[in-house]
Amino acid sequence: MTAVVERSDTVVAHPDDDRSRRKRRPIWSTVWVWIFLAPTIVLYGVYTVYPIFASYWFSFVEWNGFEESKTWVGLRNYREVLADPLFWNSFKVTALFTVVAVPVKVVLSLLVALLLNSPKLPLRNLFRTAFFLPVVTTTAIVGVVMQFVFDPADGPVNRLLLQLGLVDEGVSFLGHSSSALWTVVAVYVWKWFGVTLIYWLAALQTIPDDVYEAAQIDGAGPSAMVRHIIAPLLKPFTIIITLLTLEATLKVFDLMLTMTNGGPSFSTEVVEIYIYRWAFAATVPQLGFASAAAVLFGLFVCLLGLLQLVGIRAARKSGGMR
Amino acid sequence: MNTTTAAPPQVRRVRRRNRNRWTVGWVLSRLPYWIVAVFLSGAAFLWIYPFLWMVSASLKDQLEVFASGLGLLPDKPIWENYQRAWGEAGFGKYLVNTVIVTVSTVVIVVVRCAMAGYVLARYRFAGRRVALTILVVTLFVPTGYTIIPVIDISQRLGLLNSLAGMIIALSGGAHVAAILLYMGYFRQVPRELEEAAVIDGAGFLSLFFRVMLPLAIPVTATVTLMTFLATWNAFFLPLVFSFSRPDLRTLSVGMLAFVGENSVDWSGMAAAAVISLLPVVLLFALLQRYFVEGVAGAVKS
Repeated sequence: MTAVVERSDTVVAHPDDDRSRRKRRPIWSTVWVWIFLAPTIVLYGVYTVYPIFASYWFSFVEWNGFEESKTWVGLRNYREVLADPLFWNSFKVTALFTVVAVPVKVVLSLLVALLLNSPKLPLRNLFRTAFFLPVVTTTAIVGVVMQFVFDPADGPVNRLLLQLGLVDEGVSFLGHSSSALWTVVAVYVWKWFGVTLIYWLAALQTIPDDVYEAAQIDGAGPSAMVRHIIAPLLKPFTIIITLLTLEATLKVFDLMLTMTNGGPSFSTEVVEIYIYRWAFAATVPQLGFASAAAVLFGLFVCLLGLLQLVGIRAARKSGGMR
Repeated sequence: MNTTTAAPPQVRRVRRRNRNRWTVGWVLSRLPYWIVAVFLSGAAFLWIYPFLWMVSASLKDQLEVFASGLGLLPDKPIWENYQRAWGEAGFGKYLVNTVIVTVSTVVIVVVRCAMAGYVLARYRFAGRRVALTILVVTLFVPTGYTIIPVIDISQRLGLLNSLAGMIIALSGGAHVAAILLYMGYFRQVPRELEEAAVIDGAGFLSLFFRVMLPLAIPVTATVTLMTFLATWNAFFLPLVFSFSRPDLRTLSVGMLAFVGENSVDWSGMAAAAVISLLPVVLLFALLQRYFVEGVAGAVKS
């Protein structure tokens, strides 16, 4: 961002038009500038900047949301959140979900992207469309439909398994705490696979065709091509794509709420569902308590965001060296 | 004359190449690609199978959904499911709500982000640096975790439990990326263009609306598409905004409520899902290239 500011500074400071510029920029333009910024300042201030500060304030009070009265309780909410085994459970579920979903999605989509990137492959645009289709659909609706697709008695998945003779009776994928999370991971990977695929295809497109041709002339087979040409050139992109995927994976509220609602017995309760349960789904909402949990998790996500900045910078550096 | 004499050998060469195309060597060299294509066809079919199953179930009667197993073709398409989902289940109303919310949000976001991006890119004024810093810093704040204060302030402003409140909240948060996109684009517009318009007597407003905004149509297309998709598919905010007002539900919220009340009506559920997903899928089919470019932009930048 600093580069942006500096560049426009030099433009303005250009000696030629310094005087004529002043003539062309009457005072009314400053007024218009602020009029143009006003909608963003008001909306962004009320719905993004204020909430960030307010959630800190809420996390220090006891408040049920029905009454105006908020009682200052200091760090009590934080102590209670940190002492709640279910908070740590939700943290663990989120971590587990991320640690499994991200590598599976990144690696699988890379494999498909390598196949789709070949110009000789017939129907490649059709395949790309098919893999991208789930991305545009509404997550909450897909989640509801998936409840039926994985139905233990009549869902198509179990029908297929029964017909193939792989199981004797329908498996309750979403009904057991041992399988529910993995079922959601599978649906999640399926739903957002297309985004990572497009990332990889965009990355692969940055490798010019003559690099492949030169390698081919030198006698490189497909495996040597991947190992010595594609892998090193994709390295900076791998960091960026993994980080983008990681950040997106932390937002699974829609799918989780509609597929499992955090159950069975909290086995799929990610942090977002935990916050939602205390803030909106409880009979007596504990907004202070929920805010404390939100602040803790928000800080964690910000930390990952910082990591992302550092990662991208590192990726740029390793890309620039070539 | 030259062209006519030069043409025949070329044609002959092309013909010969066509005739020789199906040699053993060529087929063998292409065979791996066809094997991969067959394999990928299977994968792609499985990939979209849930949607095919959904459409098929929406056209079967309730018993047939269970009886016909994996078969996709219904005996006789039954359109009553759509009638039921549209009327009784309220999806007609939900669709109208969703369209109102989505269209208004897209318009507000495009206008406010274009205006902000324009002045941030082309004017120097006190507070510009501060504004930019705030935007970039909050780029990393997860919006999902600010939901409690958003609901609280909406209630104080009397905007909770109304479509207007939902629209303002959806168009108010985030969208920093859209501002940055417009900023990047407007910065590249040559100064001469602006100066010529000013000499022609354009004021601040007509300069923006007549000259700059029309120039930025590619950015507007991307921002419109991405905002449309995000708003149409939004769930958390509409859910919380319509807790006590079922008539304000959007499609995604209505779907959850519908299966909560009728968990046995599979064909009704499928019809409702088709109604909800058809508009985005159609839009995707028409504007596929822009969707893909919009997503790919995240890696390139």
